[in-house]
Amino acid sequence: MTSAILISILMTLVAASTPILLAALGELVVEKAGVLNLGVEGMMLTGAVAGFAVAYSSGSTTLGLIAALAAGVATAMIFAVLTLSLTANQVATGLALTIFGIGASSLIGAGFVGRTITRLGPVFPEALAGHPLLRAVFGHDIVVYLSLALVLAVSLFLRKTRPGLVLRAVGENDASAHAIGYPVIAIRYGAIAFGGALAGLGGAYFSLALTPMWADRLTAGRGWIALALVVFAAWRPGRLLLGAYLFGAVMTLELQAKAAGITWLAPELLAMAPYLATIAVLTMMSLGRKTGRLDAPACLGKPFSAS
Amino acid sequence: MTSIITRRRFNFGAGAAAATLPLIGGQALAQAPLGVGFIYVGPVGDHGWTWTHDQGRKALEKEFGDKIKTSFIENVAEGPDAARAIRQLAQAGNRIIFTTSFGFMNPTIQVAKQFPKIHFEHATGYQRAENVATYNARFYEGRAVIGTIAGHMSKTGQAGYIASFPIPEVVMGINAFTLAARKVNPNFKTKVIWASTWYDPAKEADAAKALIDQGADMITQHTDSAAALQAAEQRGVFAFGQASDMKAFAPKAHLSAIVDDWSGYYIKRVKEVMDGSWKSGDVWGGIKDGFVKLAPYNDAVTPAARAAADEVQKGIVAGTLHPFSGELKDLKGEVRVKAGEKASDEMLSKMDWYVDGVQA
Repeated sequence: MTSAILISILMTLVAASTPILLAALGELVVEKAGVLNLGVEGMMLTGAVAGFAVAYSSGSTTLGLIAALAAGVATAMIFAVLTLSLTANQVATGLALTIFGIGASSLIGAGFVGRTITRLGPVFPEALAGHPLLRAVFGHDIVVYLSLALVLAVSLFLRKTRPGLVLRAVGENDASAHAIGYPVIAIRYGAIAFGGALAGLGGAYFSLALTPMWADRLTAGRGWIALALVVFAAWRPGRLLLGAYLFGAVMTLELQAKAAGITWLAPELLAMAPYLATIAVLTMMSLGRKTGRLDAPACLGKPFSAS
Repeated sequence: MTSIITRRRFNFGAGAAAATLPLIGGQALAQAPLGVGFIYVGPVGDHGWTWTHDQGRKALEKEFGDKIKTSFIENVAEGPDAARAIRQLAQAGNRIIFTTSFGFMNPTIQVAKQFPKIHFEHATGYQRAENVATYNARFYEGRAVIGTIAGHMSKTGQAGYIASFPIPEVVMGINAFTLAARKVNPNFKTKVIWASTWYDPAKEADAAKALIDQGADMITQHTDSAAALQAAEQRGVFAFGQASDMKAFAPKAHLSAIVDDWSGYYIKRVKEVMDGSWKSGDVWGGIKDGFVKLAPYNDAVTPAARAAADEVQKGIVAGTLHPFSGELKDLKGEVRVKAGEKASDEMLSKMDWYVDGVQA
């Protein structure tokens, strides 16, 4: 196997990991604030279709990315109003949001099927990424670098900043945070909006960069992988990055193994590999702890009302 | 994973109630439009398999206008649950119902028993009844044509084939493609990646990239999206479209495509329901019958490849060329089709072995 192939595999791996990383990072912040939003797949799809529609109509992928952020936030706000202001059940609302997102994106996207746009290109000039090794560092598009910067930013925010600690306090004990005088509902609104923005961006990564087109259910279930990743990462951004890239690696290497003619492994077994890895890691994590609560925020999924 | 949340959009077009009216009395039956129902496995927006069936439905509307009323249910999961969707269309007063995926076979037979007066048409299946006909297209004929082009155009002598599941339909496509390519280049190899899905654009694209990394310079697929073509375009290799003309997605890479065209069959069958001559049966149409078409060749297709591909197409239409002509051996070297013989339809419909040159 030559180095050119290795670099190519690496590029594919990074691209496959990025949308899952983005969506999972957004959900991590939401869950840290004590809210469980199972609508990631739905928000990714509205982001994907809005991004494509705007990029196609305006000819600008940048505008497409911005539209995807906005669409993700808008979809997330439906969830926020229902669960925070009207204290609806978060699990049911989140699932409904996914189904809504699948339908809404299909409706909006109906006019865009069969169209194509110019793919979101590398951010650095070609000259800088000429050598294969340099390409592995400088050959990615803006969203890849943004996702890595966001992992660092979220990690620092949650651990080192006052608003970050307040957000965690809201997620760990909403009643106490409320008693001290923090606006629990407003903070959760903010977290859900952030989660929606990143899910929207992750979805748009499909329609603008990976497969520059719109087709129904384009994200094909990646939102669920993102949800699993948050648990997998034990709500830690650093481990989330590792997990997302591990997932991307398993998905990419599975296909490379098949292309290389490794036939002694059943294809079905390879297709199962990413999910087996999740179960294995989750099991190992549970075994390593006495409490078995996996560091989940204490108020995760519980409704809060200030009265 | 998404299959648990299957969206069901029930589209009656304008005037949903009108479709149920014919049940009220004989008088209404005479003038009321004939109900034609469709069950789709995917979204009509897939630009692939389901999209081509929906094009057939639209062709019906164009042909018959007010005389018919079409309706469809999309994203119906294969298996027992499909019976509910089929029954829904039957109860809505449709006179003929097309169920357009292999996995609808048992539910179609089951529902057809309860509605003996309604005509059912099941695509790609093999179980029939008095009121259940089956129909399918000989896609392998198209595969033989694009395989011929690939054999001529490939520099590395390797094609990458993104396949869904190892069912006979897919296996015979891989074999037909490889056999045709090896007629041109005896050392030609087809590398297959089983995606284990009909539809996952990002995975299809990554599979194409993996195949290109491993030396394939011709990409073809038996999955439903155009993502693999986009990956080929990005990497500067050639590719073939599947189910519909996908040139828009990859103007440089797209050499041709196998295009499904169901409209002729649908029009014929609906006409037969109208004049009462409909009979159960099994139709397996190919290039000759207009079921399978080839999209216009890309300018990049060399004159030699073009001539050879046309030759194959003409031979298939004239019946002088069969893509599965002996002698054919499987990978173990066992003779499956003797020299001078052709594979029977029976054999094709159960094909579970690969010809030389396939790495699956």
